[in-house]
Amino acid sequence: MLAVRAGGGFGLGLAFFLIVVVLVPFGVGPETGRLALIAPGVLWIGALLACLLSLDRIFALDREDGALDLLVTAPLPLEALVLGKSLAHWLTTGLPLCLAAPALGILLNLGWPGHLWLFVSLLIGTPALSLIGAFGAALTVGLRRGGMLLSILVLPLYVPTLLFGAEIARRGTEGMAVGTVLALLGAVTLGCLAVLPFAAAAALRVNLR
Amino acid sequence: MSIWTYANPVRFMAFTKPLVPVFGALSALCLAVGLIWGFFFTPDDYRMGATVKIFYIHVPSALVAINAWFVMLIASLIWVIRRHHVSALVARAAAPIGATMTVIALITGAVWGQPMWGTWWEWDPRLTSFLILFLFYIGYMALWEAIENPDSAADLTSILCLVGSVFAILSRYAVNFWNQGLHQGASMSLDAEENVSDVFWYPAVVTMAGFVLLFAALLLLRTRTEIRARRLNALLLRERMQDA
Amino acid sequence: MSVSVRDLVVGRGGVPVLAGLSFDVAPGHALILRGPNGAGKTTLLRTLAGLQPPMSGTVTPNPESIAYGAHRDGMKGQLTVEENLQFWAGLHGLGRGDAVSRAMDVFDLGRLADRLAQHLSAGQGRRLGLARLMLTGRPIWCLDEPTVSLDAENTGRFAGMVRDHLETGGIAIIATHIDLGLSGDVLDVTPHRARARELMAL
Repeated sequence: MLAVRAGGGFGLGLAFFLIVVVLVPFGVGPETGRLALIAPGVLWIGALLACLLSLDRIFALDREDGALDLLVTAPLPLEALVLGKSLAHWLTTGLPLCLAAPALGILLNLGWPGHLWLFVSLLIGTPALSLIGAFGAALTVGLRRGGMLLSILVLPLYVPTLLFGAEIARRGTEGMAVGTVLALLGAVTLGCLAVLPFAAAAALRVNLR
Repeated sequence: MSIWTYANPVRFMAFTKPLVPVFGALSALCLAVGLIWGFFFTPDDYRMGATVKIFYIHVPSALVAINAWFVMLIASLIWVIRRHHVSALVARAAAPIGATMTVIALITGAVWGQPMWGTWWEWDPRLTSFLILFLFYIGYMALWEAIENPDSAADLTSILCLVGSVFAILSRYAVNFWNQGLHQGASMSLDAEENVSDVFWYPAVVTMAGFVLLFAALLLLRTRTEIRARRLNALLLRERMQDA
Repeated sequence: MSVSVRDLVVGRGGVPVLAGLSFDVAPGHALILRGPNGAGKTTLLRTLAGLQPPMSGTVTPNPESIAYGAHRDGMKGQLTVEENLQFWAGLHGLGRGDAVSRAMDVFDLGRLADRLAQHLSAGQGRRLGLARLMLTGRPIWCLDEPTVSLDAENTGRFAGMVRDHLETGGIAIIATHIDLGLSGDVLDVTPHRARARELMAL
């Protein structure tokens, strides 16, 4: 499965994330207090947008070169294909973002326990972003203007993950309890894991006919 | 005769033809009575003054905005399970009406919020949920527009509607976590003790009936238009195939 | 295992393209599909391969025993020839053993084994795509214009590969305009083109 993804645009998402984080202080001013206040949200939104960038590649490339047809006829359930694709997307996008986020937090003057909770919330939340993205990509795989539409479809679906994820990072930074929100974020991710591969596989079947 | 009889487009068209003007007329009547009654023959609220009268548009439009999504959800389920074309077209027809109602609810809410809370917009859970609902409507309609093959479009939008409903509910609960609101609690639930007083209640029920009837009339009208458009396409196609 | 098609109607985008198709192909035989461009040969092959549902009618056996070869080869430019084949072999459970090297031998791909697929010529890429069929281990091949951009020598190799496949009891259904010298029937799809009456009434 991973071989299919080999050579995808790896570092680009990460570079985009860095640039977003660097641009924010230019937009809101350099006061460290204010930056620290908005850091968790900015880092989460940056990660989300960086994730969005690479979504349309999940199935579109395979569709263009015909590999998707062949994968569908292969002895592999389509649901497993979606899961594999989501995993590959997460490994190439979500995981590097998780690792980079605490470091970039320093740029935004994020306080100490915040780094930890930011990392944890991203680690739990980004798999859901990849799964939702794979679902959106499956819906739009054959379409002209698919990329734009993909963003419109996927971003509203990101709302619960973003809300819970940023909430964890914010509460963590302020030293408040995060247990409940953490559980909710985990529940969202697990729910995505259980349901979305089937929905995405159904969408792929429709798009191939 | 089961309800599925009307899944046949021909029967659906015949059955709904007289309904559109009836629903339209009833809706106009209810709206006229309810709004005039509400605007001119009810006292001003002791706290909110005359601004309370926005309520007669705000609450019914919000009601329809949410229920239009439920109509879409049910119609999508029927399409996925029983594959009746009329059902897919009903789902498609409901979306723009629901989106418009959402906008009306948001705008009237803002107009009402300005004198009451001193702000046009507040990131209150209810307002935020409605904004998110609007985003879902936009995505749903955009997907319909983007796909040429009508059956694929019906399939894909149904899948989106089913998944989207789950996420819409999730979002509703997520925003509660994120911000406790300014918005007053439901003032119209049937069992609550401290409901708004009857003077406000009766005209409000009439306007709500008016909005629901308006929704029904528009929904049928749009569905009938969609069915006609589909027939036209089929005729054009047949002609092309006979030439070939 | 033989292929049996009954009263098949296939379509694109909800519009019937071919209707009233019924045929059988016995093991060891080939069926050559002919017809002008746009007649519906690709749609028929995609339906047989299970990529799209038939509008009506039945196809046996089910798609699990059918290997599909499309216009496009589905090979990843960033991987070498051998890695590509290895991937597909692994997916079909033939990753171990010498299946990959035998597949490469058929089209003389050994010299190109370490070349990246994106640096192959059109004909070389086609040879790679066809070699993949050997790695599916499936008895029924549905091929869409397989000889496009192949030279005479490689067309011969391809015909040899299909002949070997048929001799082991396989079946091939091929849309092509070239005479490959295979034993089997020819089906011209032109008379089966869907008429207006097949359009569902709405």
